[in-house]
Amino acid sequence: MYSEKVMDHFKNPRNVGEMENPDGVGEVGNPVCGDIMNIYLKIENNIVVDAKFKTFGCGAAIASSSMATELVRGKTLEEAWEVSNKAVAEALEGLPPIKMHCSVLAEEGIHKAINDYRKKHGLPEWEEKNPHIHDHDEDVECQH
Amino acid sequence: MGEKRIIYMDHAATTYTRPDVVDAMLPYFTEHFGNPSSIYSIARETKNAVETSRAQVANALGAEPDEIYFTSGGTESDNWAIKGVAFANRKRGNHIITSQIEHHAVIHTCKFLEKEGFEVTYLPVDQYGLVSPDDLEKAITDKTILVSIMYANNEIGTIEPIAELGAIARKHKVYFHTDAVQAIGSVPIDVNAQNIDLLSLSAHKFYGPKGVGALYIRKGVRIENLLHGGGQERRRRAGTENIPGIVGLGKAIELTTSDITAHSAQMRAMRDRLIKGILDTIPNARLNGHPEKRLPGNVNISFEFIEGESMLLWLDDEGICASTGSACTSGSLEPSHVLLATGLPVEISHGSLRLTIGDANKEQDINILLDVLPKVVSRLRDMSPLYKKIDKERKCDV
Repeated sequence: MYSEKVMDHFKNPRNVGEMENPDGVGEVGNPVCGDIMNIYLKIENNIVVDAKFKTFGCGAAIASSSMATELVRGKTLEEAWEVSNKAVAEALEGLPPIKMHCSVLAEEGIHKAINDYRKKHGLPEWEEKNPHIHDHDEDVECQH
Repeated sequence: MGEKRIIYMDHAATTYTRPDVVDAMLPYFTEHFGNPSSIYSIARETKNAVETSRAQVANALGAEPDEIYFTSGGTESDNWAIKGVAFANRKRGNHIITSQIEHHAVIHTCKFLEKEGFEVTYLPVDQYGLVSPDDLEKAITDKTILVSIMYANNEIGTIEPIAELGAIARKHKVYFHTDAVQAIGSVPIDVNAQNIDLLSLSAHKFYGPKGVGALYIRKGVRIENLLHGGGQERRRRAGTENIPGIVGLGKAIELTTSDITAHSAQMRAMRDRLIKGILDTIPNARLNGHPEKRLPGNVNISFEFIEGESMLLWLDDEGICASTGSACTSGSLEPSHVLLATGLPVEISHGSLRLTIGDANKEQDINILLDVLPKVVSRLRDMSPLYKKIDKERKCDV
């Protein structure tokens, strides 16, 4: 059911683990829903120099976290903010429709981590363009 | 380098078809293909084969052959039993009693009947998944027409007190149906001693073919037909008989019920070694279901801090076939209704793993599981944000 890319990132997750003194942390998801993602960012001169994650969730959630941290590394905060759930899913060579919410969670995790950094530095938080983008109705019961 | 052996531990989902069962079926595809409803002599062989199978099924249940009706499987049998009794007894009452842990073939049928004006009571279960006979007795009203309680649960393996529940239903003159799909071949069944009026079974759960099952209907039970058409199955179940399937069902049920005691003791020994081995080596793990009143092949364990689907993917990578009660594999966001009914917290229900042992397994498989599983669990816990607190506490203890 998963692409080779998803299985690769699931079995060999990039950037997994915690970070000492991260500059931004994004905690998203809910154990009741079966997925929690923690994203940690190290930011220097407005650039994401390191990204790490810890995830409780299914194969797609782990692969999405891995891919999202890969995609934001080396990017400016503005560029990292633009990494969408669709970009994560595309980089993973697609996700099953029921698993798209895992890529949404990854996007939200990155956004939350960036805003955590901005808040800590007295900068105004950026607004979510599409708050709670969800691909199927059931998600309403399990809001991330 | 050889192919990695598949370790199949999902016998509750389906079983392989025994080669001797396949052999028994084969002539009915090519040689004895006549329609049993036909008059010519080549049809006689198929008609006889159906009746032989009917006798084999009846014998396995302690029933009479003319109380056995062949269906397309467990789902049809459950639908027929529940809708058939409900619609035929509407004038007597509109109340049905079932449990919260039934298979969806029962629960969704009951939900459908609720839309048709029936009232359904879904009895709760205790932490082990047991239905209480007292609860059943209290739930029965003068409007109750049917009680449907599964013989053994497909997820957690809990075996219900069927004879006792059946006796209560009988005392109140209410029909008693049991979905015995998981129980055949694992526990001895006697429809008379256990006060069962209707019983569903499915061949592919006991080394028979898929797509064929049966419904036992005690003589005298008022029941409507589910399928309308030709006069097959004594005008009760229309449709040309699935002859090879029916032959396979008969053969499989005869073989699987011929030696229940010794066979289930063997399964139970492997099951208990696996349960003990897992609980001894993996912390923050708990057994779901009843420790003793459980199917001989069923292991269902929840691992805290991790999610079931990711466990299955890693196990699959090692050639191990298992299943989970996590929402992430079911296409819904709700984890198993069975685990939730036992009071297991939602987040822990997501981390459940079901391993069902059967004839495809050898003792060595248990060793492999006990080697692989702790590594899988710890790999996933290492990347779980829920695990970090415990992890740190443990490090402090050392």
